[in-house]
Formats: sequence, C-alpha cells, structure tokens
Amino acid sequence: MAQLLDMPKLSDTMTEGVLRKWQKKEGDSVDPGDVVAEVETDKATMDYEAFDSGVLLKFLVADGTTVPVGGPIAIIGKAGEDISALLASIQGGGAAKPAAVAAKPAAVAAKPAAVAAPAPASNPAPVATAAQSTANRAPAPVAASAAKADQGKILASPLARRLADELGIALRSVTGTGPGGRIVERDVKFASETRGAVPASADLSFVPPADSSLPSPVLPERRTEARPAPLPTAPGDQLIPLTLMRKTIARRLVESKSQIPHFYLTAEADMDAAMGFRQQVSEMHGAKLSVNDLVLKATALALRRVPECNASWTDEGIVRFTRVDIGMAVAVEDGLLTPVIRNVDGRTLGQIAEEARRLAGLARDRKLKPEDMTGSTFSISNMGMLGIDHFQAIINPPEAGILAVGRVRKEPVVKNDQIVIGQRMALTLSCDHRVIDGAAGAKLMQAIVGILERPMTLAF
Amino acid sequence: MPVVEYREALRQAMEEEMLRDPDVFLMGEEVGFYNGAYKVSKGMLEKFGDKRIIDSPITECGFAGLGVGAAMVGMRPIIEFMTWNFSLVAIDQIVNHAAKIRQMSGGQFNCPVTFRGPGGAAHQLAAQHSSAFESYYAHIPGLKVVMPANPKDAKGLLKSSIRDENPVCFIEGETMYSDKGEIPDGEYTIPLGVGEIKREGTDCTIIGWSKMVNIGLAAAEILATQGINAEVLDPRTIRPLDEDLIVASVKKTGRCVILEEGYPFAGVGAEIAYRISQRCFDDLDHPVARLTSMDVSAPYHRQVENSIRPTPEKAADLVKKVLYLG
Repeated sequence: MAQLLDMPKLSDTMTEGVLRKWQKKEGDSVDPGDVVAEVETDKATMDYEAFDSGVLLKFLVADGTTVPVGGPIAIIGKAGEDISALLASIQGGGAAKPAAVAAKPAAVAAKPAAVAAPAPASNPAPVATAAQSTANRAPAPVAASAAKADQGKILASPLARRLADELGIALRSVTGTGPGGRIVERDVKFASETRGAVPASADLSFVPPADSSLPSPVLPERRTEARPAPLPTAPGDQLIPLTLMRKTIARRLVESKSQIPHFYLTAEADMDAAMGFRQQVSEMHGAKLSVNDLVLKATALALRRVPECNASWTDEGIVRFTRVDIGMAVAVEDGLLTPVIRNVDGRTLGQIAEEARRLAGLARDRKLKPEDMTGSTFSISNMGMLGIDHFQAIINPPEAGILAVGRVRKEPVVKNDQIVIGQRMALTLSCDHRVIDGAAGAKLMQAIVGILERPMTLAF
Repeated sequence: MPVVEYREALRQAMEEEMLRDPDVFLMGEEVGFYNGAYKVSKGMLEKFGDKRIIDSPITECGFAGLGVGAAMVGMRPIIEFMTWNFSLVAIDQIVNHAAKIRQMSGGQFNCPVTFRGPGGAAHQLAAQHSSAFESYYAHIPGLKVVMPANPKDAKGLLKSSIRDENPVCFIEGETMYSDKGEIPDGEYTIPLGVGEIKREGTDCTIIGWSKMVNIGLAAAEILATQGINAEVLDPRTIRPLDEDLIVASVKKTGRCVILEEGYPFAGVGAEIAYRISQRCFDDLDHPVARLTSMDVSAPYHRQVENSIRPTPEKAADLVKKVLYLG
C-alpha cells in the first residue's frame, strides 16, 4: 500500500526543514537504512534514511524546497502501484484520508552530515501524520519558546521573577529550562553568574542551556533573606522620582548590557595632522570644525570601507546597511539623548558640523522629535570635552557598535627617536560580538585612526 | 533518655494523665481484659480497675456517645476506636455532637473528649479497613486533629490532647506501634498546633505527617546521595495547622512536596497547598506538588496494595521534579 513520507522532526526546535538533495531517483528501490535524502534543519544537515523497503514512486518536492515538519515529501510503495488517490488527497489541501497515510516515525540517521552545536542525534523524532501535514505543528517545548517570543509573554516562576527583579536581570534575556520554557530560579542565577564573564577575545565557549535535556547548572545557594536591605537613608537624602527619560535610559541600557555580548577595542590616534587641519579650515573658511566633526566623518568613511560594522543583529540574519546614519550622544540636563545625523558619509565636513550643532541645540532645548532619534546604524559618544582620557560606551540596540572618544592629550611622545610634544586621542570601539568579530572591529579602528591621522582623506 | 515503643509512649501518657486527674477514663473494644487490641493499654486494667478501664461492646456509636455525654458532665474520657475506619459508625457523635455541643449550647457545655486509635492502612486489611480519615475530621470546626509520628510526639501530644478542653481526634498509626524512639526523661507535654522540622534542609520542603514522616526522611536520604538537601516538616497537629512553620520553611526553600497517605481529593494536602499559595506565592519556584495514595480503594493483594502508596522513591522523584531535575 503506497504511503507518504513526511518531513521528519529532527530536533526539538525544528519547525521546517529544507530538502537539500535527493540521494535517490524516482523509481529507485530502497531498503531500510538507505539514505533517501539530505535534510537541512535549523541545527545541522542530516541524512534521511528509509524506514521500510519499497520503491520511491514519486518525489513531491524538488531539491532545495523548504517543507514544514510533517509535510509530505515523497511517496513510497510497490512498483507500478496506483498512487492517484494519494496524490489527490495531498492536492486536496492536506485533509488526507487516514487509510492512505503512514503514521510511523521516519528513521533518522545517527550521523549528521555537518554537525552544528547541540544536535540530539540519538533521538529519532516521530513524524507528524499527513492528516496534519499542511499544519506547521510545533509541539509543546518548542512552541512555548517560539510562542513566548510571539506573544511577548514570558513564563517564569514567581521566585524567578522576584530574583530577576532583585538582580536587575531582564527576563527576556534569560533562557528558561523549565517546562514550556519556564524561567526558574536556577536560570536567573545562571544568567547572573555568567553575565559578567564575557571575554573580550572572540572565543565564547559557553552556550546558555536552551535544551532541558542538557545538564543543568548546580543548584544555586539559597538566599536566606527575602530581599537585600536597601541602604539606610538619613534626613536630607532625596528620593528623586524617575522621569520618562531616566526610565528609558535604564531600560535600554540594561537590555543592551544583558543581551549584547560586548567587547572593546582601544586605539590611539596621533592628532597632530588633524589639529593642524582644523586650524587650516578655520583660517581658510572661517568655519570652526570640532574634533567630533572630524571623528564623525572619519567613522562614516571607515564604515563604508568596513560594512560589516555598519550592521545590526536580527533573528532572521545580520542586516548590513548601505546608509551611514550616526547617532551622536548629547548630554542634556539630567540625562542623555542621541540625535541622529543622516548620511554622514555623503556630507561635507561643513555640513556635518552644521547638522551636529543644530541637533545638539535641539537636544538641549528638548525640541528633538522622535524621528530625529531613531534609525541610526552606529553611534559615537565623545567625552573629550569633559576631560575624559578614554572610556567604554554601551551599545545602543539594535546597533552593533559605538565609538567612545576621549580628549586630545598633549603629552611627550617619541618621534624619530626623539621626545617631542605630541597630541594623542584615545578611541574605544564597543562591538556586538554576535555581529562584529575582533578582526572586523580592528579593521574599522585601523580605518578610523588612519583617516584621522591623514586628515586630507576626509575630503573624500 | 529512655527508648520506648510508640505504644508504650501512648500508655505512659494515658497512665500519667489518669494518675494526675481522676476524671480521666479509657473506654473501647478490648482495652481492658485483652490488654488492648494493639497492647497500648497493657496492664492498665490491673492498675486502674474496671471503673476507669472499660471494655465496651462492639458499638462505636454507643460508646462514642457515652464519651460525649460523660465529657459534657465534667469527665475527661479517652474513647478508643480499634481503628479509625470504625469511627465512621460513630461519626455523628463526633461531628454533630462532640464538635458542636459547645457552640450549640452557647458555651454551657464543653466536650473535652479524646477519641484515639490507629488510622490509615496497615497491611492487606483491604478496602474498608485501610482508609485515612484525618481530612474528614479536620474539615469540622470544633474538632482538633492530632497525628504523632514517633514515640516522643505520641506521648507529649496525647497528654496535651487529654488536657485540652476541646474534642480531639488523636490518630495513631497501626504500623508504628512497634517503632522505638527516645523520649525525654520525666514529665513533658507537646503543645497542640505546633509542628516540628524533623530534618533541616535548604532545597525543598517535604511536608508529611504520621507514617509519611518516615517516608519523607527516607526520601531525603535518597536525595542527599544526589546532592539535594531536603527539609522534612511534620505539622504534628493537623487542625489547628502550624501554618507559620510551613510558610517559613517554604519561603526558605522555594519548593514544597506534600506526602499524604490519604486520597488526593480534598485531602489535608490540598488545604496545605492552598495556604502555601496564599502566603508564599512569590517564593515558589514550582507549584506545590503532592504525592498521595492512588485514588482507589485499598486492594487486598499485597503488591497491588503497596503499589498505591507513597514510597520514598516516588517522593524523591517528585522532589527532583519540582527542582526541574527531571
């Protein structure tokens, strides 16, 4: 009796697979264990082995087709069998007649062709019956974490919520190992203990436990008090209510620090030529360029040269932008705003300087519109005018990098084996390691410093 | 400190109270001449005579009612049921009379009677002789329900129950009468309504009473070999419940597993779980879990009967489950 072969569920998180390549031809005879096709899942590419012997009467999808788990991919049966009824039932939109449908699990090879991280290769996954073949059924543990993201509802035990609150950890950033993806106490503890440990180098060797079959962290030490005691206050202490800006800053930066794996690259630029250039522009054009204006343009040109740093992480992929819109951090009374200068790489230095001044003024007057502050692909924060030598800035999500600029320091330096007075400026690039690897970040820094040290190239 | 059997601890309690107070007497089936169905009242007929140790006919309703009446006029009876299964024959006297006489009489009558006897299952006593009835009596305002798990608790709690001005349902355990344990030297009582931490721990609170205490302690031993440190809490009195002790423990551990010999529906464990949900909502890492006897009448066949009861292994597995350890 002819039967349907379905796209098997090869991992907990798999909702669809790509039929990479048929390894047999239509009409071929197969025995149990023969590799019928290569199937690519979210984790690995695996061999799909035949469970029964029979003849592959018809392939229902071509190489490279994406099929939802449980979707029909082929018909197996005896040579010459009439499969028109079965074909009709599939064409009929998935309401297949039970008699024609195989409900048995497909055997999956234990050796994946190319293995990514934790592929549970020893668990043969049951295949959905064709009665549900067109529905994209994701079973409970998967659906919950997908649904959790979809509906915005985070499953967490009351204790975990309270603990996350106390530790200042965003629940959205914690992976839950309880049923349905529930975040439980040990997950929050784990997140809190490992958060600070992201190394600056490229090698991130830990993966948060996303699969509850993986060994879970050791039971955390119990806290015996309900909450840490707040600092005692004295008369004269103030309680300043949270403004909307303060709440927003808090929320976004906690989100950034807890979700984005930051690493930092510092380089020094020899600013002699650049300061001289500023002087020349001032004398020639009567226009005052700030060091920040030079950094803005240098960064924009550098981002054009190293486009992998002008990017943003999304679950579907890394977006690389063609435009270079740079957010400029402006200190305002009791806070910080980041208006965006559009198309920095296409503007002249004069135009950049004018726009930067205009936006800074609007920022200080609190006249910026929301659209003035969104859509940047990169950010720059300059604390040079505040006497800071160097610092590490926090990335503004969803960007992938931010450049922190220190002050220009007059100090003794070595030039041609002589000690002379030089002007140095420290730049620190914070990178989102999901998007920017060390080498790419270094390339960007080299470009920025290179342009600043050869200011004539700013005329590009 | 002397080591005595559970039954001996109970006898000492009754003897001490009878020596202390001439209004205390014991009545029940086989309590006198036979020395007690389980030898709890061994030697007492000889010591106190047949006016105070009274063998009754097989008439639970009758002698329970007699106890209620005697209590109402100032005596302090101990009424023994051969097992609490037979209390069902007398339940009207317990629930509608002993429990309610004080309220219905506007305080004119008190009913300081102590009903005692073994509750729950023994071995292969089959469906009608194996039930745990504490939830029945704990349901009734006006009654106290006390369940000691070891000789020390048995003696101290029985003395307090006899002295209590309220009707007390004192439920012992048939399989525990031979259990040996240390009891304090000299006279002592244990107040009603006060529980005890039988084993201190940090990772999960196991609540159990009567026979379930040893199950809980055995489960804690199993868990200790796996690096899990369970706390075992014995409420000792079911009604009134030592809620504060339970809440403090669950707040500390964040998880609770209740072990109950009775049936699941409307059992004592359900009440405890409710109270925990009220007062420990933000402290729970997992909903309160419960291991009870299976929801079936007790089978006669030994292995089948054993299969319906909580065991240390099942309890340990449940603790691991609430710790999300599979």
